[in-house]
Amino acid sequence: MRQVFSILVNNHAGVLSHVSGLFARRGYNIESIAAGPTENPEATRIVIVAFGEEETLEQIAHQLRKLYDVLEVEQLQYNRSVTRELVLATVSADADKRTEVLQIANAFGANIVNITDNTVTLEASGNDHKTRILIKALERYGISNMARTGMIALPFDEMTDEWEPLA
Amino acid sequence: MELSGSQIVIEELKANGVEIAFGIPGGAIMPFYDEIMKSEFPHILTRHEQGATHMADGYARVSGKVAAVITTSGPGATNTITGLCNAQMDSSPIVAITGQVATPTIGTDAFQEADTYGCSIPVTKHNWLVKDVRELQGVVREAVRVATTGRPGPVVIDFPKDVQVAMTEYNPLEKTETALSAEPVFRIPEPDTKAIERLLEELERSEKPVIIAGAGIIKGGAAAELAEFARSAEIPVINTLLGMGGFPGSDPLFLGMPGMHGTAYANMALCECDLLINLGGRFDDRVTGKVAEFAPGATIVHVDIDAAELGKRVETDIPILADVRDVLALLNTQARKKDRQAWLGKVEAWKRDYPLQYDWDGSIKPQYVIEQIQEVSEGEGTYISGVGQHQMWAAQYLRFNEPNSWVSSGGLGTMGFGLPASIGAKVGRPDREVWLIDGDGSFSMSLVELATAATYNIPVKIAILNNNYLGMVRQWQELFFEKRYSHVHFPKSPDFAKIAEGYGVRGFDVKDVDQVRSTLEQAAEIDGPVVMNFHVNQEENVWPMVPSGAGNHEMQLGPQSTEKLT
Repeated sequence: MRQVFSILVNNHAGVLSHVSGLFARRGYNIESIAAGPTENPEATRIVIVAFGEEETLEQIAHQLRKLYDVLEVEQLQYNRSVTRELVLATVSADADKRTEVLQIANAFGANIVNITDNTVTLEASGNDHKTRILIKALERYGISNMARTGMIALPFDEMTDEWEPLA
Repeated sequence: MELSGSQIVIEELKANGVEIAFGIPGGAIMPFYDEIMKSEFPHILTRHEQGATHMADGYARVSGKVAAVITTSGPGATNTITGLCNAQMDSSPIVAITGQVATPTIGTDAFQEADTYGCSIPVTKHNWLVKDVRELQGVVREAVRVATTGRPGPVVIDFPKDVQVAMTEYNPLEKTETALSAEPVFRIPEPDTKAIERLLEELERSEKPVIIAGAGIIKGGAAAELAEFARSAEIPVINTLLGMGGFPGSDPLFLGMPGMHGTAYANMALCECDLLINLGGRFDDRVTGKVAEFAPGATIVHVDIDAAELGKRVETDIPILADVRDVLALLNTQARKKDRQAWLGKVEAWKRDYPLQYDWDGSIKPQYVIEQIQEVSEGEGTYISGVGQHQMWAAQYLRFNEPNSWVSSGGLGTMGFGLPASIGAKVGRPDREVWLIDGDGSFSMSLVELATAATYNIPVKIAILNNNYLGMVRQWQELFFEKRYSHVHFPKSPDFAKIAEGYGVRGFDVKDVDQVRSTLEQAAEIDGPVVMNFHVNQEENVWPMVPSGAGNHEMQLGPQSTEKLT
């Protein structure tokens, strides 16, 4: 299964090694990892997306909580959290194709950050679903370069089960 | 008052109850060693850094106190990794202070530079690289606290050479004060009252309960509470390898060890029980055998101080995250007695019908040597083992009657643990006679520490059960690899008695079974370390045995009995 961990840690050197090491020791790939400051200057939030057996991921969550610098571990559920990712992609688009690519960008609310004779570079943000569809649409034209931030996420405690996150 | 980094570490070690260090100096730790000398901080010079870690480990396990391990950078630090990993697996506290190259040179592949911080992450409870002398006071304080509280474990402070000499203002703190704002690593919750109620209900319903008592009983200081509970509720008690001593081996309710080389009656009780209460054990794979067939008819209760242990390997019906002593205290006030004579009678019959046994054939049987050690020491010693067949025989045939009287490498199974751990155990509890039961293979991995025992005249009594084999591997090759003895034989086993004499230690070479007892008696009288090289039967196997990956009910009792238990 795929799991999103939201991990609040002390802003100390070495924390990321302690955290990512727990995944590596069990041979689990981290699909994405994103870390950044929070409202509290002494705390950092690390969001990790990982695949694994449910029980192993549960075990990793317990092990994460034992780490000295880990303050809080949440395993986020899709219908109770909001997730975002930023994608930068350079797409092959000569004069013939440029309009099509710009239309796709427009449809997804992506910003254009650079245009050359043969390429369009765009920036898009959204949840997992949205970024996946966008990338798929752009792949037809050829993506020559791409960078993604990895998912960041926040839980929404008061959401109901029916709530579906929108783009 | 202005102090150097080195002085601050000494002050803080003292202030936080660290009374001794084991270690070896080297280039990147010299300023700190200078301060150790000036301050007369008690220190034992070992011959290998791994030895220092096992000494600190043995010291902690018998005394309940924590010792420091001090090494230089690079190889000094990397040599501690096995010992730290061992301590981590067996929840033993160690505060390791490793020298590091000066901060401006970190990361330049400087002479004797190693990434100690990175190397020690997976083998410690926590670790620090201190780059600012002003952080040192708080770090040392936290290091001792992290190592000793909750589920104990080893910690590393990587200590660069320039920080050792840097000066800063130092103000002593009260012992309870913490210099860092960090949250406590472990907040031990009160036992969940609902879970305790469920446990009491299950207990009332149960006709065939059994307790597995792990090392948590010993580390949690709950042996008296366990004895009270088991005796008043009349529940048989199985001790894990590391839980030995947590319940008196002489008690009629004692069933010995479970699992791979456990007693037949312990495994039979596990297979038939309807309620299994695991108190501070971690359901190791050597205990459970095939998990799907473990305690098949039982409601499983697991009390542990570490949330990550609950449900880790065995599906648990009633998990209780708490200090085992708190839980036992509650049970002792609330549990009611129930008549279970039928169950106790059945267990008694198993003990009578399937005892631990070995054959006589005129050779020195390793089990016999262990029984004689038990008699000569009157069960009053501290007993240490290496890792291998001798370790299993020691756990089977010795009778431990109090906590902290048995020290063995359980989780990691570190050959070479025995000798340095014995030295540490003698330093930690000098009032008790220390007996090391070791194998020739295991002993060979750390025998250099004989020099340490000789230098400080630390009187450990070392019994090598020498079968010229890596015996446990040979046993597996015999049973599971059709006797293809691949690289387990030592045809030229060294003369360990002569080696001992070379180190200035008394040595005995024992080839005759009639000399076993008298040699042990002589050794007990000698004021100093002693090495006894017992040439034991070379192909003796450890029985009973549950083959790896099999269920505990598939236990084989050994050549005396071809009967398979079902």
